[in-house]
Amino acid sequence: MTQYLLSVWHDADYTVDFSGDDMQRMVAQVGAFNAELEAAGAWVFGGGLEPATTATVVRPSGGDTTLTDGPYAEAKEVMGGFWVIDAADLDAALAWARKGSLACEGPVEVRPFQGE
Amino acid sequence: MPDPVRGGDVTRIVRDIFRDESGRVVAHLVRRFGDISLAEEAVQDAFVKAAERWPVDGVPPNPGGWITTTARNRALDVVRRESTRTQRSVAAHHGTPDTTTMDDDLLDGGDAIADDRLRLIFTCCHPALAPEARVALTLRLLGGLHTAEIAKAFLVPEPTMAQRLVRAKKKIQAANIPYRVPDGAELPERLGGVLAVLYLVFNEGYLASSGDSLVRDDLCVEAIRLCRVLVALMPDEPEAVGLLALMLLTVSRRPTRVDEHGDLVLLADQDRTRWDRPLIDEGHELVRRCLRRNQPGPYQIQAAIAAVHADAPTAAATDWGQIVALYDQLLVVAPSPVVALNRAIAVGERDGCEAGLRELEAVDATSLDGYAPHHAARGELLTRARRTADAAAAFARAIELTDDGAVRRHLERRLDAVAR
Repeated sequence: MTQYLLSVWHDADYTVDFSGDDMQRMVAQVGAFNAELEAAGAWVFGGGLEPATTATVVRPSGGDTTLTDGPYAEAKEVMGGFWVIDAADLDAALAWARKGSLACEGPVEVRPFQGE
Repeated sequence: MPDPVRGGDVTRIVRDIFRDESGRVVAHLVRRFGDISLAEEAVQDAFVKAAERWPVDGVPPNPGGWITTTARNRALDVVRRESTRTQRSVAAHHGTPDTTTMDDDLLDGGDAIADDRLRLIFTCCHPALAPEARVALTLRLLGGLHTAEIAKAFLVPEPTMAQRLVRAKKKIQAANIPYRVPDGAELPERLGGVLAVLYLVFNEGYLASSGDSLVRDDLCVEAIRLCRVLVALMPDEPEAVGLLALMLLTVSRRPTRVDEHGDLVLLADQDRTRWDRPLIDEGHELVRRCLRRNQPGPYQIQAAIAAVHADAPTAAATDWGQIVALYDQLLVVAPSPVVALNRAIAVGERDGCEAGLRELEAVDATSLDGYAPHHAARGELLTRARRTADAAAAFARAIELTDDGAVRRHLERRLDAVAR
């Protein structure tokens, strides 16, 4: 069994409007997908993230730390949410990622966690 | 007492055994230990040991078995040492290694070993790996090619290729890419990727872009063998059958592709009575079998083209009209500048060299500028059109782009003939 990070990516200027039909549809799709993950025993953790502009970066600095406003990387694409799943192998993880990608209507990156 | 064998002979024997056996043994050890790097290193060590021991002890009666046993013992040593050192089950790192007794190998018939290689090829051709990494891994792990040879085949520097292989193997391990033949719904899609890799391996063997040997038999044999296993596994997949037919019909001409001096003989000049009839008959039967399904694909069409050539008792009797029609079909299902080039050559045979040259001009020349056969074909058509200066320039360019000794000598003779 390997754990995988399934991260959902979208454009940095993407805005979330929960009142819109599109978002309502996606929320329903993702809810169903989450339920399927849990029923299969694959669910470890998951959730959607607030926009990257709400992020704060903490850096080590001479034994102390400093804070900066905003995301670590100024990128055109940002992570909008993720799942951590248990899967037998990459094929099983990719099968979940396909479903997840269709549910949230965006690209999903599959990345293994380090082993023991 | 073993027969005394001279050092040079043993070196050659070890090299031959490596070509024949390394893919089989690597695949076997990958299944046993679930670790590609461990399997590769153990097999490498076994061959180093063979190179040391065989000149002294003599070549064992079953060299492949000797290599398998030596490599497996070596891998077991490494696994035991690591698990002692870390006081932790190796299974935690590498899945569950099968470290049962040696005797179970007696139960491993040829089929189990064939399945090992089939599993490994689906791993090597996994769609999560970059396409260039898939071919490289297959040639490395199943074909037993050295990194330098693969680098040459791909026209990239050796360190680039080494890095590509290391990264791919690391991804297989870290991302836990499975070592198995995919099932049911996944299989057709995954098969397409495997067929593409097998075709490249076959061509690497048949066209031999590296070294002086015009035909790397082992790669052709390996590609055909793996393709046969695929066809047996998926008899209803017409493209797998088509690819097997294409390989058999192509390789049937192998006895005549070079003459007794190792020089290239063109299709038109080959002694067709020496083509391998049983292979042609099998290829024909397969072409008929897959075309009946009426789901034409690139391999089936290319096999049909090879079948038309095989049908012609003499080069002059070739049905070029049918070949042009098949290339037209191929351009629809798999358009590429190389297909357009081959179609232009066929048009040249059907309608004469001027028509062929006109077709050739219409092909995207920039994408084919680094492709030696393009310049060689232009050279032939220009020679027939009596444009000798242009023909000489085309042959000279083709020579510049060719590494293979036999092909180079052929092109040099063509250049001499027009320059005279």
